[in-house]
Amino acid sequence: MAALLIKNGFVYDPLNGIDGERMDIAVQDGKIVEKVGRRKKTIDASGMIVMPGGVDIHSHIAGPKVNSGRMLRPEDHFKDFEAKTEKTRSGVGRSIPSTFTTGYRYARMGYTTVMDPAMPPLKARHTHEELNDTPIIDKASYPLLNDCWFVMEPLSKGLIEDCAAYVAWTMEATRGYVVKLVNPGGLEAWGFGRNVRNIDDNVPNFNITPREIIQGLCRVNTLLNMPHTIHVHTNNLGKPGNYTTTLETMKCVENLANGHKPVIHVTHCQFSAFKGDDWRTFESGAEEIAKYVNNHNHVTTDMGQVVFGDTTTMTADGPFQYILYQLSHNKWVNSDVETETSTGIVPFTYKRSSFVHATQWSIGLELALLIKDPWKIFMTTDHPNAGPFTNYPKIVTWLMSRAARERLMKKISKRARHKSLLPTLDREYTFSELAIATRAGQARSLGLKQKGHLGVGADADIAVYKLNPENVDPSKKRKLILRAFKKAAYTIKDGQIVVKDGEIVKSVNGKTFWVKPETSSSLKEIVPRLKEAFEDYYTVQYENYIVPEHHLAVSSPVNVKAEV
Amino acid sequence: MEAECISPDAFTGKTIEEIANMKLWEGNRERSLGELFHIEGEGAAKPEELSIQVFGDAHKVRRIGAGMTTGVIVVHGDAGVHLGEEMEGGKITVEGNADSWTGAMMKDGFIEVKGNAGDYVGAAYRGSVKGMRGGTIIIHGNAGNELGCFMRKGLIKVHGSVSQFAGMHMKNGTIFVGGNSEGRVGAEMAGGKIIVRGHVPSILPTFTIDSIRAKVKINGDEVAGPFYLFVGDLTEGGEGKLYVSQTSNEQLKFYEQYL
Repeated sequence: MAALLIKNGFVYDPLNGIDGERMDIAVQDGKIVEKVGRRKKTIDASGMIVMPGGVDIHSHIAGPKVNSGRMLRPEDHFKDFEAKTEKTRSGVGRSIPSTFTTGYRYARMGYTTVMDPAMPPLKARHTHEELNDTPIIDKASYPLLNDCWFVMEPLSKGLIEDCAAYVAWTMEATRGYVVKLVNPGGLEAWGFGRNVRNIDDNVPNFNITPREIIQGLCRVNTLLNMPHTIHVHTNNLGKPGNYTTTLETMKCVENLANGHKPVIHVTHCQFSAFKGDDWRTFESGAEEIAKYVNNHNHVTTDMGQVVFGDTTTMTADGPFQYILYQLSHNKWVNSDVETETSTGIVPFTYKRSSFVHATQWSIGLELALLIKDPWKIFMTTDHPNAGPFTNYPKIVTWLMSRAARERLMKKISKRARHKSLLPTLDREYTFSELAIATRAGQARSLGLKQKGHLGVGADADIAVYKLNPENVDPSKKRKLILRAFKKAAYTIKDGQIVVKDGEIVKSVNGKTFWVKPETSSSLKEIVPRLKEAFEDYYTVQYENYIVPEHHLAVSSPVNVKAEV
Repeated sequence: MEAECISPDAFTGKTIEEIANMKLWEGNRERSLGELFHIEGEGAAKPEELSIQVFGDAHKVRRIGAGMTTGVIVVHGDAGVHLGEEMEGGKITVEGNADSWTGAMMKDGFIEVKGNAGDYVGAAYRGSVKGMRGGTIIIHGNAGNELGCFMRKGLIKVHGSVSQFAGMHMKNGTIFVGGNSEGRVGAEMAGGKIIVRGHVPSILPTFTIDSIRAKVKINGDEVAGPFYLFVGDLTEGGEGKLYVSQTSNEQLKFYEQYL
């Protein structure tokens, strides 16, 4: 592979303490190196920003639920299509783009690693088939584990190691990367038309509470030495007054933290930071959440920032999607995945004129600005739940410019505007903070050591944006920021130029990461028991359930040494 | 042919050569308008002054006048699907027949079809709930299924007959059918007005009879009856008004006992 030299750019690499220094980045064989020889390709990046390739910790881009969403919404695609070119395949957008278009659109914005955060273990094969067809970006998928019977059963008896054995087996069997929790306990209850009201409610038919599931899986996660923390979509998500549940969720693993390392990631935090008794008294709980996160080091979060407009909501949280259906009276999908999880899809429009939607928009930004440490809150829209990922450049302007926020504030619901905390917040993200919130922080939190930075040995995933930080003041030049981050001047993936001036010039295959836990042989004794359980409970045979490694287009196992 | 470029807005300020060079897709191949049509006439600086006349067989030319805001298009013959889709103003006249999706999702303007039209006239795109939002469509012949599906505002007049499901999911606006209907009129309608002067095989069981009216008003014009007035569709909690001619529908006489 040819060598590459990116010359003279303003480099933002927070993991290596580089803050806008003018320097060269050398690439050889897909990795960042100290220097390259004479035979090389040179990119002149003078007057441009150079950052590590973007990392998205939470974006629903693949799987059966995403695909059902695509089928549910022909009207979402028909105005947004891309014809095939010599380098790219054709495809459609908008809120649920087809797989190829997803890869291209992320790459055009300078993103090179994207995590699909909700894979029902039973549907792993489908998810990986879609990920295989998502070009350029590296990816991984998070199996939904909280309401799996084989997780709840041992946890209810206090058998942490049995649970760990099952989780380790699932990670390998489904080629998963992170322990994902969605409305713990609530999804099993939803199978009986119920939900859990708080983290100490009882899960029907299992002698267990959401608190015990969260704590149990958090312990399992630590025992297995997983690269990321547990990734939690809280109980009561999307309900007024749920910020107390969120605080309790974060508190319940407080004493499981070991030193300063985070042990829980509360995802799309905006949806979990609602105050008030009902929709009429609805208000922001961002202050309380931010206060807690500022004072504790065991939590990381991401925004789940609302972007106004039409989108498609999709989560594994079946009961929540049912509530959304009742609110919107739109068409919807709801489904139960055997012994494992549930799912729901509802098209949704966030309106500026709606008090609730405008307050939600405000909550996301309040969280991002009130949580002082950018390593603790990352930029996401929970694509496509709060808005399509193609809106990231807009969010960048809101984070970097108070004026950009105020510009939109003038157009939102009056009541929401008066109640919003945003006018009191002067903070504006610097480029370095932005690099943390969009790549470095996310990569570190995910335990992807070779991503999110430009140090020697890192993967050569690089984004170059046409923006000169020396003479552009991001707080005043909203349009320039928008333009620069919408279309990267260059996106480099594994040392190859894949995007130039916002257009795809080469399509490559991204890797699929998965965790391969190395456990003691005694833990492998669960296999015969699992085989029996499959006979009793599943519609699928044990042998067919496992996704073979050769099923992944480019498999990239992450080996971890478990403590059990 | 995907010919949304045939619109006064697109032709404005262009010379004949420039118009002939405009690109459009024929199947999977990109062609220019000049390759497919002989073009003559004079350009205009303002779109409202433009009148586009299309001659020949245009029944495979899709999306004529899609999204147009002003001006006039006359098709001397048949027109293809999606004629005047999402149109915002101006006037389209078709001397022959129009195909399906005529005036789909239109916002304003005027479409007149001298012959018949296909299915989904003034309807919403598949999956969408945003049907016709204003303007007028007049069809002198017959129309197909799901006329005015998800209609929100405006007027559709069909002087001939319609197939099934006229006014399906309708929210507001008015549909007038001069001839017969093949049935299931107003299924899942939530509001608006449908008038059928001819025969209707039966009324959906989720409609309830309200009264017998001697006449109905459509935008100020009176249509002489008498009409049965039904209200529905009750499965949607709907308050739509369905007027069906009393004289053409002997089979609906049994409803009168409920009045």
